[in-house]
Amino acid sequence: MSIAMPVPDSETLAKRARIAQALRAIVPGEGVIDAPEALTPWESDGLTAYRQPPLMVVLPETTAQVSAVLKWCHAEGVKVVPRGAGTSLSGGALPLADAVLLGLGKFKRVLEIDYEDRVAVVQPGVTNLAITQAVEGRGFYYAPDPSSQIACTIGGNVAENSGGVHCLKYGLTTNNVLGVEIVMMDGEIVRLGGRHLDPCGLDLLGVVVGSEGLLGVVTEVTVRILPRPETARAVLVGFPDAEQAGACVAQVIAEGIIPAGMEMMDRPAIHAAEAFVEVGYPLDVGALLIVEVDGPAAECDFLIGEIARIADANGAVTTRVSQNEAERMAFWAGRKAAFPAVGRISPDYLCMDGTIPRRRLPDVLRRMEELSQEYGLRVANVFHAGDGNLHPLILYDANVPGELDKAEAFGADILRLCVAVGGVLTGEHGVGIEKRDLMPEMFSDADLKQQSRVKCAFDPELLLNPGKVFPVLHRCAELGRMHVHHGALPHPDLPRF
Amino acid sequence: MLEPRDAADLAGIVADAAASGRKLELRGGGTKAGFGAPREAEVVSLAGLAGVVDYDPAELVLTVRAGTPLAQVQALVAAEGQMLAFEPWGDPGATIGGTVAAGVAGSRRVTAGSARDHLLGLTAVSGRGEVFVAGAKVVKNVTGYDLPKLMAGSWGRIGAMAELTLKVLPAPREVVTLAARGLEPAAAHAAMAAALGSNAEVSAAAALSDGTVLLRVAGFAPSVAARCAALPGLLSEHCALERLEDAAPLWHRAMTGAGLTGAVRWDVHLPARAAPALIAALPAGAEWAMDWGGGRLWVCCEAEDEAVRQHAAGLGGEARLIAAPEAMRAQVPAFQPRAKGVMALEARVRRAFDPEGVFATGRFAEDADADAVSA
Repeated sequence: MSIAMPVPDSETLAKRARIAQALRAIVPGEGVIDAPEALTPWESDGLTAYRQPPLMVVLPETTAQVSAVLKWCHAEGVKVVPRGAGTSLSGGALPLADAVLLGLGKFKRVLEIDYEDRVAVVQPGVTNLAITQAVEGRGFYYAPDPSSQIACTIGGNVAENSGGVHCLKYGLTTNNVLGVEIVMMDGEIVRLGGRHLDPCGLDLLGVVVGSEGLLGVVTEVTVRILPRPETARAVLVGFPDAEQAGACVAQVIAEGIIPAGMEMMDRPAIHAAEAFVEVGYPLDVGALLIVEVDGPAAECDFLIGEIARIADANGAVTTRVSQNEAERMAFWAGRKAAFPAVGRISPDYLCMDGTIPRRRLPDVLRRMEELSQEYGLRVANVFHAGDGNLHPLILYDANVPGELDKAEAFGADILRLCVAVGGVLTGEHGVGIEKRDLMPEMFSDADLKQQSRVKCAFDPELLLNPGKVFPVLHRCAELGRMHVHHGALPHPDLPRF
Repeated sequence: MLEPRDAADLAGIVADAAASGRKLELRGGGTKAGFGAPREAEVVSLAGLAGVVDYDPAELVLTVRAGTPLAQVQALVAAEGQMLAFEPWGDPGATIGGTVAAGVAGSRRVTAGSARDHLLGLTAVSGRGEVFVAGAKVVKNVTGYDLPKLMAGSWGRIGAMAELTLKVLPAPREVVTLAARGLEPAAAHAAMAAALGSNAEVSAAAALSDGTVLLRVAGFAPSVAARCAALPGLLSEHCALERLEDAAPLWHRAMTGAGLTGAVRWDVHLPARAAPALIAALPAGAEWAMDWGGGRLWVCCEAEDEAVRQHAAGLGGEARLIAAPEAMRAQVPAFQPRAKGVMALEARVRRAFDPEGVFATGRFAEDADADAVSA
């Protein structure tokens, strides 16, 4: 529990009753929750090691209510934390003691589907999977598929720029969203993007997607939907070690194949998953690849053959091709159950989310094994191998004093390692609070200040989701100052024509 | 013209301009200098910041300096069997930095995304004269705000890119064009929508005013053959399809609007289903070409009025003024104005990068909004 949140503002805490009264005037009925015992279900998101009951919860049903809530909070200097389904793995929706938790769970309607132009307009509380369910009858789907897709909402996906196992081929949320309506902290409603491609002006939509709820509250989303591929097939390939599996992945891509999904599991992850779901994963291998291709049947048949050939050339010891849909699903069942499977062999685990250049995988795995020895904590690895996104699961027991701290320190070392080899702190889970204090590993003070200035353009009082993403909260007035050096030209030797 | 040799030079030039209240126009190859209002600003050429920094085809990542010629980048990746999937195009001399800063994308944009979707990371100099990095050099990253999205298509108004990291993808091994003939705009849009909405994975769809519809099928040979065999059946209600050899000149027309004549040229982005209605509303004598399944409409006409822009707005789209006589460009904004709140937010974001307005040269009408913010 090494990550500190901002000290709660005593003035806000003191006027709690008045805040509840004002919000009830905006969202009548059951829309405001402030009884202390009723706040418990809201005290954490998917990063369950951190818990904090919010000041209160407000659950508006209309954009006008969201706007009025934010406007009132803005005028009163009250902080707001937006929340979708609360599945963030990085603490992006962790409440603050002095902040109103603004839940968008009641925004559940699919507003419009245009099959001809392949777009759907939905409210932010619609789950990721529900979008696909709304359009699958006509042979369409929404491509990004984070593993929490049955629960996570599209509004949260926009905030976090969520990915999934298919994003190497189909992109992240940002590549699949055309427009949003957001409410800014002062209550102003703006629409960014639309139903057309590449709008005029600055790409504000592009910076709102993935802004982790710090720039605005999403109240409507326009997404692109895609025709469902004719077929999908998967190959399960076992290798003696991760190095060979990595070489296989590199060759698949070098030969021009972008699979729909390409997942790697290491030995501990394979064993945990197989013990849990018994899908027939080979237990005598050091690394397992699941490679899925989708598209016309002729393409899948061709690519499966190519991938099997490449796997063979890279020392595969077992290769199984899915013969039917049930078998393809079985191949995935183990991978998709990897997190809960690890949960069965350890009381607790931390899920990390760095991305590395794939060529560094063997070094990173070796160093991670050394760190595992040093910390005395086990680690299992699942890996979106196609795009280099690594999910080490650090196993620990929260009931052993100090073990969570040790696991967090181990995780931080892994992320530092990812950055050191040319990668990043987070590939898809977001910075939230979890990686907040590691941001300086990747960005200089100047880089972070430039990002903070964008925050100031949207929310100059820093009231929306404070304490997340940025390790240091600079006041906007301080960031606006410019230190210029009047007088002599700084580079008198430059050629000037 | 100022000619920095590296990011540090560039930072010095911008800091100097900020300190002395001068305006700077960032320029790559200068091939798009005619876009936007006539203006007077000192030009900073980024052509000297050229060359490949890192390219590992298996990582699908290319890092290159901003002034590197686009043609050179395309040749480099093509030699490895790869491509910039957003299909950038430009006149000879266009640079990769200018292409990305202008948000250029070709016919494949409708399925593969635009420059914004393939710009992974950057090193840039802000209007404060500070070097900063954003994004990263790996294909999957959500660490911090996605500032590369803001920079792509920003026309050099929030910062000067010194170095860009782009996602590259394997180029298709085989590309076939299927064509239909004699389709009116509404029928052309319907045929393209049916193709793009089918699982035959059409990667691009365009239509020309002579009634030709072009569908591009790309990928591995067995897949291309199967999809080309399936498409005539999938589109049987809409049109007959034939295989077209040597389709490149027709694609070039649809992608760039080449061949359209008229003193005034618009690039209209709109919901694809609205394209036929916009065509029907065009002034007499106007010429057009459709790309992106109808989502992009090139329009050329003689009329120096804003009727095209008004029609586009009415249909949920926007019109960029690409080329026009100088007098018109001085009066009519290059970008379609957005809602007031959005324009104000854009102005604040620009000022977040460029507090002194170094890059606000007057090329864009809304440059003045940012002056109002800082005043």
